[in-house]
Amino acid sequence: MEHISTPKVENVKLLDRYASRRAASGTLYLTATHLIYVDTSAEVRKETWILHHHISSVEKLPLTTAGYPLLIHCKNFHVAHFVIGQERDCHDVFTSLLKLSQPVKPEELYAFSYNPKMSKESREMGWKLIDLKLDYQRMGIPNDCWEITDINKDYEVCSTYPPEIVVPRAATRAVVMGSSRFRSRGRIPVLSYLYKENNAALCRCSQPLAGFSARCLEDEQMLQAIREANPGCPFMYVVDTRPKLNAMANRAAGKGYENEDNYENIRFKFIGIENIHVMRSSLQKLLEVCEMKSPSMSDFLTGLENSGWLRHIKAVMDAGVFLAKAVREERASVLVHCSDGWDRTAQVCSLASLLLDPFYRTFKGFMVLIEKEWIAMGHKFSHRCGHLDGDPKEVSPVFTQFVECVWQLMQQFPCSFEFSERFLLEIHDHVYSCQFGNFLGTCHRDREELSGSAKKGKEGDISFSNNSC
Amino acid sequence: MEFAELIKTPRADNVVLHRPFHPAVEGTLCLTGHHLIFSSRRRDNAEELWLLHSNIDSIEKRFVGSLGTIVIKCKDLRIIQLDIPGMEECLNIASSIEALSTLDSVTLMYPFFYRPMFEVLEDGWSSFLLEQEFEHLSSVTNEWRLSCVNKDFSVCPSYPPVVIVPKSIDDEALRKVALFRYGGRFPVLSYYHKKNGMAMLRSSQPLTGTNGRRCKEDEKLINATLRSGRRGFVIDTRPLNVAQQARAKGGGFEQEVHYPQWRRIHKYIERFHILQESFIKLVEACNDQSHNMDRWLSKLEASNWLTHIKELLTAACLAAQCIDREGASVLVHGSEGTDSTLQVTSLAQIILDPRCRTIRGFEALVVREWLQAGHPFQQRCAQSAYSNSKQKWEAPVFLLFLECVWQIHRQFPCSFEFNEHFLILLFEHAYASQFGTFLGNNESERAKLKLPQKTMSLWSWVNRPEELSRFQNPIYEANSLVIWPSVAPQSLQLWEGIFLRWNRPSRFLEEAEEERINIIKYNKELQAKVNVLRRQLAEMEADGEVQEGEEP
Repeated sequence: MEHISTPKVENVKLLDRYASRRAASGTLYLTATHLIYVDTSAEVRKETWILHHHISSVEKLPLTTAGYPLLIHCKNFHVAHFVIGQERDCHDVFTSLLKLSQPVKPEELYAFSYNPKMSKESREMGWKLIDLKLDYQRMGIPNDCWEITDINKDYEVCSTYPPEIVVPRAATRAVVMGSSRFRSRGRIPVLSYLYKENNAALCRCSQPLAGFSARCLEDEQMLQAIREANPGCPFMYVVDTRPKLNAMANRAAGKGYENEDNYENIRFKFIGIENIHVMRSSLQKLLEVCEMKSPSMSDFLTGLENSGWLRHIKAVMDAGVFLAKAVREERASVLVHCSDGWDRTAQVCSLASLLLDPFYRTFKGFMVLIEKEWIAMGHKFSHRCGHLDGDPKEVSPVFTQFVECVWQLMQQFPCSFEFSERFLLEIHDHVYSCQFGNFLGTCHRDREELSGSAKKGKEGDISFSNNSC
Repeated sequence: MEFAELIKTPRADNVVLHRPFHPAVEGTLCLTGHHLIFSSRRRDNAEELWLLHSNIDSIEKRFVGSLGTIVIKCKDLRIIQLDIPGMEECLNIASSIEALSTLDSVTLMYPFFYRPMFEVLEDGWSSFLLEQEFEHLSSVTNEWRLSCVNKDFSVCPSYPPVVIVPKSIDDEALRKVALFRYGGRFPVLSYYHKKNGMAMLRSSQPLTGTNGRRCKEDEKLINATLRSGRRGFVIDTRPLNVAQQARAKGGGFEQEVHYPQWRRIHKYIERFHILQESFIKLVEACNDQSHNMDRWLSKLEASNWLTHIKELLTAACLAAQCIDREGASVLVHGSEGTDSTLQVTSLAQIILDPRCRTIRGFEALVVREWLQAGHPFQQRCAQSAYSNSKQKWEAPVFLLFLECVWQIHRQFPCSFEFNEHFLILLFEHAYASQFGTFLGNNESERAKLKLPQKTMSLWSWVNRPEELSRFQNPIYEANSLVIWPSVAPQSLQLWEGIFLRWNRPSRFLEEAEEERINIIKYNKELQAKVNVLRRQLAEMEADGEVQEGEEP
């Protein structure tokens, strides 16, 4: 509350983008968690609530005859245009919002203060609702070829993986450890999804530290173990989701991609999805197109094309389709990676799972999918969504793109999903809201540390799944 | 004229048919005077395809060795392929199809030969007479009258025999006004807005010429629709400079000095030649197999089709606003008054008048504002997006209107009694049909051809309950609103139902539609059940009270 110098400002106008003549008039309130605008000019009292965490930018616009304008952009694409009568008030609100929208310490996040009337049992149940072991069981794991191992329980193998991962039974401890030394950030190949009907597996990892000529026997054995776990197909695909040029550039830095000559019976393929910086810029351009005042059809379509946004969506979807077809139609296992294996890899693996398995198109299944491929496997939500004041270059709409891909699928297959668009929008909102504990931090270990250090701990963490069912 | 003369080879066996969404099938091809019929060998000669020759836009021949392939591109945008063994046979069939699909004379068209297989309950030719419309009008106002000055089409060859004009204007005056308007298309009533008594008139351009000719009767006619002291708006669908240049050729616009109470607004709607080019480019973009996002978006933009949609919707909203919001009368015209004029007036009525959003109301609108009003269907729909012969008068003017209706339908899904399929049906029949409704360019031609006597009307068929049920909108809720569509680019989408109909399977979307209909039906059943139970409960409670009262 110390950031708020002026908790209440009266005679504030809220401009309607489409009906500029009909500006609402009312009072602006700042609380610890929200900006609340109460429209007193309408017949029925109307409130607009904006969560501070949702605010991505606040701008003071040039003075107009109506007053001092304040433009607020939110991470869920809501835009609010206020006009405040007094300059002093406007400046106070501006500086308060700047501080409130950019918390510095994790403890300042909403999840740690959000306290709905819920019993301790209900809260704990929320966290237990999604048990990933059950999903592996559904795939038939553990079985002859695959096992759930706790080899990573102290994060020895990989600091950004969960303590329990699924690897081929044939992969010995030495193979696992050796492979982890040859993969960027220790992110070894692990199982994402097993297609029971034909034993083809979808696996994921990060880029190998191959450079121009380095080899690692254990990593080669790891891939061999994955391939042999699927006797129905003599080869397996290794898919690098980066554009070829980027992957090649990584070789100069001692990383890179798999050499077909070194790995037995793999078919290597590039599927060029651009990196997080390109995506960040693409979204920015798209939002600018959407905010154009009275564009012509030409302006709009040209702007849309120039943003590249739909091109990127298509690239992610094409990749998902390729993986699903490889698994189902060619009966081949696929190993997917990008650079670090937590952005594009998460997108395409979850998309392919959705295409292959109707379970993930149910409410429960979709939550399981997100817990598994995004939260557990270490997608850096905190950085990508800008939860805390940090490096702007780490922010990127990776999860947003995934949600849009799901939406695109829903448009084409309206009867195939248990949930509606509203569910997707809710989830998307909450990835940024930090109201629930699910999307905090960057990986499993990070969340454990956050739970430990924050005073409220697990009691304060409400799980999203609890709230939505 | 014997059709048989044109058919070099009436039948070919072992032909393979390729069509969208079906596997290739082998069978027998037959050519009749009006149809191309394909029956498959398996499943005891089931007929796989009946194609009207008049639905064929263009054909291409290809040869690989002795196997000939004919690719048929249809006016409804479907593309089918026939593999015909034997070069000579293939050539004969191709030239037969060419001849049969390019017949000049209207009387050779199928509607003159079609014998309906259904019982005709209602003669669609007399379902939507202007007299009926007038009866409805005179129940709310007596400012108008029905004029038969054009009963032999001598005053205006493209108008219907009966028109609605202000009561104070007599037939003599109308004759004079007709001489002052291009093609004799004097201002007539298009729509009367019951809410505030304002009127929308339509006409063609005034023949002011370079001398600034005037016609007092024309001024009197349109002034008769103004309320005392109020202004009217003239919506000219040409840009100002074009309207000015028109004077050099004898045309022009309403000059302020002679029409002081009328404010002129120029709201440019593209000429029909441009529309045809747009149409061709869009269809080509949709058929692009490269599946490249950037290419798709830039081709979509370059076609300008959505721009035309936006412009037409904006013009219609403008006309509707003048009438409903400004409370002013409106006169709409372009050059000839047969294309953009009709697009604007009919679309404005969709916005303003809930009756036009019912099935019968929409049919009446199409009959009144397009067929009777003299839109040259025969010329405009002679060829579609795949034609490769030189374009003359063809343009998808009616399709653009139908698509604008679809855009509004999409934005107001509960406000229309009909569904998208109805609009697609009208598109199809405008280009090729077994019914005579869309033949001819105006009522005069239709009378000369004796269409009502010699052909069947589309409305006779579609208004039968078993057909109509396919075209009903399950979530229709009748309302009396004026509905204002958004014309922002983000709100306008490509009409997949027409343009991607043959490029992507619609199975899943149809499944969703079925599901929707089932859910609504189930909801209604449950609602009825609830009502029955409520009544029972009320009765039981009443009984209970009576019994209580009777207790000693």
